[in-house]
Amino acid sequence: MKDTLIVGGLEMENRLIIGTGKFPNYRLMEEAIRRSGAQVVTIALRRIDFDSREENILNYIPKGCILMPNTSGARNADEAVRIARIARAAGCGNWVKIEVITDQRYLMPDNEETIKATRILAREGFAVFPYMNPDLIVAKRLKEAGAAAVMPLGSPIGSNRGLKTREMIKILINEIDLPIIVDAGIGRPSEAAEAMEMGAAAVLVNTAIATARDPVAMAQAFSLGVKAGRQAYLAGLAATKEFAEASSPLTGFLGR
Amino acid sequence: MGYYDEVLSKIKDFPFDAFLKEVTTRDVLSSLDREHLNAEDFLRLLSPAAANVMEEMAKRAYALTVRNFGRVVLLFTPLYLADFCDNYCLYCGFSARNPFPRRKLTLDEVEAEAKVIAQTELKHILILTGESRQETPPSYIADCVEVLKRYFSSISIEVYPLTVEEYGFLVSQGVDGLTIYQEVYDEETYAYVHPAGPKRDYHFRLDAPERGCRAGMRTVTVGPLLGLAPWQREVFFAALHADYLQRKYPWVEVSLSFPRLRPHLGNFMPEFPVDDRSFVQIIVASRLFLPRVGITVSTREKAEFRDHLPPLGVTKMSAWSSTEVGGRLNPHKTPPQFEISDERKVEEIKVSLYGRGYQPVFKDWHML
Repeated sequence: MKDTLIVGGLEMENRLIIGTGKFPNYRLMEEAIRRSGAQVVTIALRRIDFDSREENILNYIPKGCILMPNTSGARNADEAVRIARIARAAGCGNWVKIEVITDQRYLMPDNEETIKATRILAREGFAVFPYMNPDLIVAKRLKEAGAAAVMPLGSPIGSNRGLKTREMIKILINEIDLPIIVDAGIGRPSEAAEAMEMGAAAVLVNTAIATARDPVAMAQAFSLGVKAGRQAYLAGLAATKEFAEASSPLTGFLGR
Repeated sequence: MGYYDEVLSKIKDFPFDAFLKEVTTRDVLSSLDREHLNAEDFLRLLSPAAANVMEEMAKRAYALTVRNFGRVVLLFTPLYLADFCDNYCLYCGFSARNPFPRRKLTLDEVEAEAKVIAQTELKHILILTGESRQETPPSYIADCVEVLKRYFSSISIEVYPLTVEEYGFLVSQGVDGLTIYQEVYDEETYAYVHPAGPKRDYHFRLDAPERGCRAGMRTVTVGPLLGLAPWQREVFFAALHADYLQRKYPWVEVSLSFPRLRPHLGNFMPEFPVDDRSFVQIIVASRLFLPRVGITVSTREKAEFRDHLPPLGVTKMSAWSSTEVGGRLNPHKTPPQFEISDERKVEEIKVSLYGRGYQPVFKDWHML
């Protein structure tokens, strides 16, 4: 049976989402997306130059890719909402990744403003993908607000530190009935694999691919890591027992 | 309370020279190994001893820059709207002391300049004026912004210091960035190089970046004009200024810029010139101290030298600059504010950046 992720009204086979910032040029970015087989890419609206002849990033997104414009640069819910509306009006579809960053030192997302923006945009018919600092209560509110998925950070954006928020992400995976897409901080394919083994629905990677010596090869490596992790999850890794299993049942003496 | 009371007044009399002289290479290396550098670590990186381990510093600055910004450089261009000025700054070609016919662009001229700039791919523009509330009041700047909005996605100002209300007014008209150099943080030197005019008010200028933050500017750039006072102190004060703003207004994108004094109309010579090696030390040390701060380099620097700077920490560069009012369409009508060094066209800078594995970014904001 095909293992697909249905989210935001669309179907994804490849569970690696690629971020498009930080690449040395658009051709390399295009090649990385193509060779990884990624079907969803996120682009900052602030970087899309709709008027440009050669510098329009949209011309370098492989055909068939789903665009997930993001609200990078938004400092509050209102700005995120305005950015999302501009993106949709410009023909970028109705997906939006909400990024509200009110801290430029660590680029931490503002959960409160993110919830507000999610509520407004979901009501307007957007498929909303909020980037957030993993917190169960916030994730619940995002679900109530109409998010299509929840995107917790693995560690600070661009830090390549891996799944420092592992325990919190596990809780979201267990408790939130929405796809959990790990976004930010993943530095290695093995970490992407680990997120998928834990039951994440997808992962989003940018810095680790874009700043690798060979971004194309690294994108492929991440794609493989995501596939391996997903397959392991489906194969039953998720059933790993939290407690040791005694060789004979501890309660066997009770009979039936 | 502001930067002066909260920070600068407490550190300005620190015995910098004695401290810098005592720093050893070992001290520098131990500061480099820290994950978060504090102000003292930063000062060590500005020492003569640090100059001996520049390559070590550069490697770390490179790694941090690539991780935080990627291999990209934002390009922007300055547009001089007017050269009327009430100040007598010793180092500036627009000084009121210099007798030349002043001019300011009409709105039609602004539009004509905008059109020719927009034919390149530039989308970020920085508009400048001298200090003349009579000739170029905030309302004139706002009128120009109204025209420029049709051609550019981001408009920054580098004008005389304004009040919070005035900055707020310009933000509401579409301005998103503020650049304002203190020129020199050392108060005595400041008084000496600004002998007359409204710019004599050190504190009104020092607090301007903070007023910009409070008024809703998205990006705020600060820095010293290198050459007027010993650079270690000036760079230290400027970086701490950036740090102060970033902590207090964490949603604002704070940047640093370190313009070196250039030849201009008049005969003022920098008393404390900064050589290329020290300039690079300044860039890498700033990157290591403030990993997320933007660092801007202008066309005051030579083309070949500029080309080497993005890996070391520089994230923004001006391109195809003219420091004359209306200088792109009608060059040599009035004197420039200062002479530029990198006269390459946008296309040439673009090709050069790509050749070095860097992506020129023309648009990094979308006016809301």
